Amino acid sequence: MKSLPAICGAGALACVLLFAAGAPRELRFCLNGDPKTFDALHVSDDRSELIRYLTGGVLVRINRATDQLQPELAESWKLADGGRAITFHLRAGLRFSDGAPLTAGDVARTFNTALDPKQASPAGDTFRSAGDTEVRVDSPLDITIRYPEPKPGIDRLFDTLSIVPANAGKLPASAGPFFVSEYRPGDYLRLTRNPNYWKRDAAGRPMPYLDSIRIDIQPNREIEVARFLRGETHLINKMTPEGFDHLAREKPAAARNLGASLDSEFLWFNQSPAAAVPDWKRKWFTSAVFRHAISASIHRGDIARIAFRGHAHPAAGPFSPSNRFWFNASLKPLPFDAQSALRGLAAEGFVLKDGILRDRDRHAVEFSLITNSGNRPREAMAAVIQEDLRKIGVRVNIVTLDFSSLIERITKTSQYEACLLEFANVEIDPMEQMNVWLSSGAEHAWWPRQKTPATPWEARIDKLELLQASEPVRALRKKAFDEVQRIAVEQEPIVYLVNPDYLAAISPSLRGVQPVAAPPQILWNIESLRLE
Amino acid sequence: MRRGFRRAAVCVLLLVGLSALFAPSIAPYDYSRQFREAPNAPASRRFPMGTDDLGRDRFSRLLYATRVSVMLAPAAALVSILLALLISAIAGTRKQWVDRVLSGFTTLCLSLPWIFLFIILRAVLPLNTRPLASVLITFGLMGIAGWAWPARIFTASIRQMTQSGWLVQARASGIRPWRIALVHGWPHLRAVATAQFLVLVPAYILSEASLGLLGLGVAEPLPSWGNLLAELQHPSRVHDNPWILAPLALLMLVMISLESLHPAREVIA
Repeated sequence: MKSLPAICGAGALACVLLFAAGAPRELRFCLNGDPKTFDALHVSDDRSELIRYLTGGVLVRINRATDQLQPELAESWKLADGGRAITFHLRAGLRFSDGAPLTAGDVARTFNTALDPKQASPAGDTFRSAGDTEVRVDSPLDITIRYPEPKPGIDRLFDTLSIVPANAGKLPASAGPFFVSEYRPGDYLRLTRNPNYWKRDAAGRPMPYLDSIRIDIQPNREIEVARFLRGETHLINKMTPEGFDHLAREKPAAARNLGASLDSEFLWFNQSPAAAVPDWKRKWFTSAVFRHAISASIHRGDIARIAFRGHAHPAAGPFSPSNRFWFNASLKPLPFDAQSALRGLAAEGFVLKDGILRDRDRHAVEFSLITNSGNRPREAMAAVIQEDLRKIGVRVNIVTLDFSSLIERITKTSQYEACLLEFANVEIDPMEQMNVWLSSGAEHAWWPRQKTPATPWEARIDKLELLQASEPVRALRKKAFDEVQRIAVEQEPIVYLVNPDYLAAISPSLRGVQPVAAPPQILWNIESLRLE
Repeated sequence: MRRGFRRAAVCVLLLVGLSALFAPSIAPYDYSRQFREAPNAPASRRFPMGTDDLGRDRFSRLLYATRVSVMLAPAAALVSILLALLISAIAGTRKQWVDRVLSGFTTLCLSLPWIFLFIILRAVLPLNTRPLASVLITFGLMGIAGWAWPARIFTASIRQMTQSGWLVQARASGIRPWRIALVHGWPHLRAVATAQFLVLVPAYILSEASLGLLGLGVAEPLPSWGNLLAELQHPSRVHDNPWILAPLALLMLVMISLESLHPAREVIA
């Protein structure tokens, strides 16, 4: 019996000590699958990119809220030689999470590894150039990188290059706010606060404020919402319209619609001569009048209202209006006008008779539209398009395929007629879309890898793209890309449909949140987030 | 009691079959018509089971889906039974090596992961296959692929039959083989074949439903139980409109009815 007071006393003391130390500040959320890699130089999927963002130390960071460049591991930087060279001056005393010092030598090694063709690093793609790139370590804190030609936006590119340690293990050390401390594939991963992280807030307190982040692997979006509603997680970074409506009913204070995202839903016709498409269909697909008629016959408003439950906006072109700087504000979404579409088609020799549209050679207008299975808004969108086009006598056969079959068809075999997909914009800069707009690009969806531009307007886009890529003045780049957007809307090789809204769930206990449209949306200012 | 249960099952199946057959006359709307002003509408006089997320009348879609699933699954089961009977007759009446080869082939077919093969097949089908053609192909392939299960049982029955006295006597009497098969052999096999048929029908309905759940079954806008059941992947929708469960209830009702018609149950009873 004597031991009872002693036990009670020890318990009370433990409680006091725990309270004094503060409750563990662990942020919890779900990812819909495992990240493919923790190697920051070999990231090729969204989930790995998120982990890279949360753990990687970068020289400079684009502030997602202001779009301004801010210093990170580099205290300062200087552009020289007309945009050909950049010199970074690192902060003194930088260390990786395992305690190893971080110097200009690490930056040079990371940069060279990213550029090494043997490594095939996706992180190096944006840094490559036609000539040799010179990397010079001037001192342990200074490094200069020099290109043979001016490299537009070279300073902003370093937002994507995380400096990696020399000896990267399975769970590599990092120079960012967190490091990966635990990983159970298919179950969860834990990011722990980097004790050597350099950043402090205005009051001199070390950042980040969170002790750790637990990321549960949860492929089922409904369960993800249910877990959030039970208070087991603190946020959902990107929600489906249905999940969002459910959340809005159950916990309205946590449901946040932040307007149009950077993503766009669109369809395109396969114009490639290598495609397994009959000649007469290819003739339709290569006709701007036909594409325009199809575009005008699709009710974008209905797609936004029905397929996305009102959580989307009709798209005006390649960029979402939420990309405030690069969006061409003179462009407006094409209004639904089936009558004008039919007039346009009639001028091209198409005839609508007995509910069937036929071309000049009496071929009934019919095409297949492939999309990925399991994405309800997209499947609903396909059904709306099918019904809209039926009204102008066009038969659409919807084919839902598993994602890998779909990608194989559009990237390798070219065995499809039309495709409905989403472009998830990660960056706001048009440099990211170079591969889509250059006629020689592998992602030039409607006719990839052209040896020479197939049409005068594609030749013009090529010229403008190369101009904006080599022009150091941002305003002039914007002017060039405005014209690219205008041509894209006039010719409609890609029929832009809607920009889905960015829908998120944020627990009221999570403070310091400033959600933005650009990834990683809620988590972009991870150092400033705290739990109460 | 059992007879009453069977009668009820026959009534249910007749009712379901007739509603499927006369779906175009009974359904208030076309299955693909989108009432865009009323997506996800609750049950009402205008829409007896409400509408789906595209504003399509659930009741009309259920009738047409029943037509697809309930009429094509028995047809596919019949194809399987006929194929199985043919292969089993060859295996059970020819030389032993033929039996061994066919038995090995049957084992091979039983071990194939059919669901994945269907997924691959769906991916290689011509893209401009119309919804009706795609549903016929899907069920047709199920019929062709499903012969191996009943074939095992039929082969064993036929082998047993070939050793029976009446067959030896019939052969010795000079009766032609086709006459022996149809007049004397078939009555012995009929009960087994009926039982297998009743096992295959629900299996095919469920297989189509599984493909529908994967988004790889019957193509839009044609409804089937499979693509209607796919909505159940979102349990929150059930809360808003419990009529989403109607295809599931109907599927269960048909399954129970088919099960209660199973002749093996009478033998056991």
